[in-house]
Amino acid sequence: MTNLVENAAGRFVPAEINGESAVAYQGIGKYHPTGRKAAPVISSCSDYPADGDKVVADLKTALANADLKDGMTISTHHHLRNGDFVANQLFDAAAELGVKDLRWFPSASFPCHAPIIKHLEAGVVHHIEGSMNGPLGDYCSEGRMRGMAVLRSHGGRYQAVQDGEVHIDIAVIAAPTADTFGNATGDRGPSGCGLLGFALADSQYAEHVIVVTDNLVPFPCVPWQIQGNYVDQVVVLDSIGDPHKIVSGTTQITKSPDRLLIAEMTAQFCVDAGIVRDGFSFQAGAGGTALSFALFLRDLMRDQKVKARFIRGGSTQYLVEMLEEGLTDYILDGQTFDLVGVRSMRENANHVNTSPFTSYNWHGKGNFASMVEVVVLGATEVDVDFNANVVTHSDGRLLHGIGGWQNCLFSQCTILPIPSFRDRIPVLVDEVTTLCGPGELIDVIVTERGIAINPLRRDLIECLHNSTLPIRPIAEIKAEVEEICGGPPAKPEVGEKVVAAIKWVDGTVIDCVKQVPTD
Amino acid sequence: MPSRGEAGRRGDLVRSDCWIEVELKDSGGVTLEVQSKVGVLYGDEIESLVTAGLIQMGVENATVSVVDQGALPFALAARLEAAVRRADPAREVPYLLPMSERCVYGSDPERQRRSRLYLPGNEPKFFINAGLHKPDGVILDLEDSVAPREKDAARVMVRNALRAVDFVGAERMVRINQGESGMKDLEWIVPQNVHVILIPKVEHPRQVDKVQNRIEDIQRELGLKNTIFLMPIIESAKGAWRALEIAAAADTVVALAIGLEDYTADIGAERTLAGRESFWARSQVINGARAAGVQPIDTVFSDVTDMEGLRASVLEAKSLGFVGKGCIHPRQIAVVHEAFAPTEAEIGRAKRIVLAFEKADREGLGVVSLGSKMIDPPVVKRALNTVAAALAAGKLPSDWREAEEADSGTPEGSL
Repeated sequence: MTNLVENAAGRFVPAEINGESAVAYQGIGKYHPTGRKAAPVISSCSDYPADGDKVVADLKTALANADLKDGMTISTHHHLRNGDFVANQLFDAAAELGVKDLRWFPSASFPCHAPIIKHLEAGVVHHIEGSMNGPLGDYCSEGRMRGMAVLRSHGGRYQAVQDGEVHIDIAVIAAPTADTFGNATGDRGPSGCGLLGFALADSQYAEHVIVVTDNLVPFPCVPWQIQGNYVDQVVVLDSIGDPHKIVSGTTQITKSPDRLLIAEMTAQFCVDAGIVRDGFSFQAGAGGTALSFALFLRDLMRDQKVKARFIRGGSTQYLVEMLEEGLTDYILDGQTFDLVGVRSMRENANHVNTSPFTSYNWHGKGNFASMVEVVVLGATEVDVDFNANVVTHSDGRLLHGIGGWQNCLFSQCTILPIPSFRDRIPVLVDEVTTLCGPGELIDVIVTERGIAINPLRRDLIECLHNSTLPIRPIAEIKAEVEEICGGPPAKPEVGEKVVAAIKWVDGTVIDCVKQVPTD
Repeated sequence: MPSRGEAGRRGDLVRSDCWIEVELKDSGGVTLEVQSKVGVLYGDEIESLVTAGLIQMGVENATVSVVDQGALPFALAARLEAAVRRADPAREVPYLLPMSERCVYGSDPERQRRSRLYLPGNEPKFFINAGLHKPDGVILDLEDSVAPREKDAARVMVRNALRAVDFVGAERMVRINQGESGMKDLEWIVPQNVHVILIPKVEHPRQVDKVQNRIEDIQRELGLKNTIFLMPIIESAKGAWRALEIAAAADTVVALAIGLEDYTADIGAERTLAGRESFWARSQVINGARAAGVQPIDTVFSDVTDMEGLRASVLEAKSLGFVGKGCIHPRQIAVVHEAFAPTEAEIGRAKRIVLAFEKADREGLGVVSLGSKMIDPPVVKRALNTVAAALAAGKLPSDWREAEEADSGTPEGSL
């Protein structure tokens, strides 16, 4: 039985995770680890081929050369999203080498990684530290994984690598284009994904780095988003992914009138709050509502002849159109969601590739996320104290990763445009099932039934005093939702076993997820 | 006498609805099986709602299966009642949930009817947020959007929606079926605070009389006194010929609408975007309505992706004299309201006339004049309407008089 301690948010969290002691969440900005940053062992260039050719026969050979052993940590990135072919082949090769008890440390996993379940069952993989959804999410939620999952934000993953909480033994970096030296880029090639920022920490801090590509070019690969000077070996595969599942040809905006209404009110809120003025900045992802928010904001910016200094992506064709139309000076892009985004990143110097280091890292000397004036994010649940959940469904099952979500909460104005309920599932609740983001950092909830401003943001309440938008107390909207849905929802029945720890951006444990009953 | 009935929809794509099967039995009590997408959150609520419903409908022995995709209580209750009635058509006991206070508000014969949003009567998922898009009216449709074999289920669903769903101040309308089916519809909806009944395919004032009489009969029987307004819809050449008689058929008629899909088919013409083929009929409806002192209302615009086309269509309708347009998608509503709203030039002119009128009134003058021109009473009336519409559309602040007077000293100037 896991020993639980109460953290500063009143949540009971494990004091120990997979045999290592863990620090309970202490509050925002309270935890400051000391000491020196982690580092890989010293290497010498004379140990590497002078002609720069690091290509080896296959993944299995590369893993054997890397001296893969039981219990090691292997990392991958998720820029290939649900089209990734590399992680599955990687663990097939590890299984062939007969190793056991590996820790998989992806920046995120996707439903295409369901085959990893057989390696978890066979003991090749001990547990996963990274977001899980689909079949892996169910496998973990039902308590079938041997170790405890650890879910971190993109910034928290960088933090864990930098402060030594996670030591990567072998990083396997899928690269849409690379040269024999290991320089790599995501902005071109048949499996082009835009950028490789999620693999940056892995390239710099892993003990051993393997680049895997299906588009080998002669040295130099320009640009080099991943520097070959960090790379030990290069493997060439026929295909590293399914292009149709890596990026979409075109990004669809939502047709739902309710979501459009929410997005429209969110854009109007930004105007009424005085945020939309020359030189401002915003971040909106590629989810349906966030995307249409950007489009409504674009129209309002055109009307008022306002230009942004920068937009933070996930980029899509719509953000690219704004850049090309001159509505923003720059896109600072963390991941690219469609082909237009990939093209723009390749061709437009003002479409800049960024990483969790620049944008989110807790151990950086500042980061971009807190400089963004307004960020628009999703959530599965929000409670009356503005605390939000982004990882579990209301039935307690793991549904989404944290992504950059926690890091983005540090923006100067954090807005969650969310439906107040989905079908008969209330999104506004008394208490979130899993705490991912403390209410102090969540400023505004925009629902189809009204907008709630966090009482802590007296400045925003004051700004919106004369707005025609439907500003209402959050408890009032929640009460209306319960009236519609037929009372407050029952709490899911969960077991005692902790299946996943939820980390805060500083490495402390903010909450945990318990086992749900098997269907 | 085991007998079976089922109602509703199932499948992964179904949202906010459910499928319920009821098998009535002679003995053995009630066996209930519930499979729900929201079982973890509301499984117990669903069971108690079904159990209470069976008791209310007097069902003591039955096997009931529920496959739920997140239906709200009003929709679950409607599906249960429809399934029980299908299993035993002789059983006429309703399963009524309490009427929500949010459904108890009135209407006004003169209120604005710029937009009316059609909602298919058997699709509860479209009802829930319809009012949030701020249409002037919502139409729960029992006619063309409901398949013939689902008419019974749609009546239960629409009745329950009228008792449960908050349409946020929108006028509560129902489009009934033609003929006897429509008379049956009235029994279900007349007692549920419906504001306006739309009568389809009206060709003769007798059809309006018949509906009016049936409403009065039902109301008399139940002791209800609220006035229910009527909006006949002209959808044929015969109807267009009798537009005035139809609009004047009953005191309760507040508006006369035209439906062009059926009308163009009836006269054997293609419906075009330019609409030359329907110009006469639309003018008949406008003039018939105005002659009878009711609002002329235009047809729907069917291309939900073409917002510019919609805007042009509303501006054209407005120029002909229509004051309302049908909507089949919530995103059309704001466009319709904006296009019907008076223009800045119209508002500016109307403000000056209203101020001149008020000044003449204060000074006891019989004649209103602006600069060197005399203003006729109908012009004053239209200016008052324009100012009211501008206020309603949010295009004029409520304190516009002070601003205007501060701006220009005395309200003079050329037209």
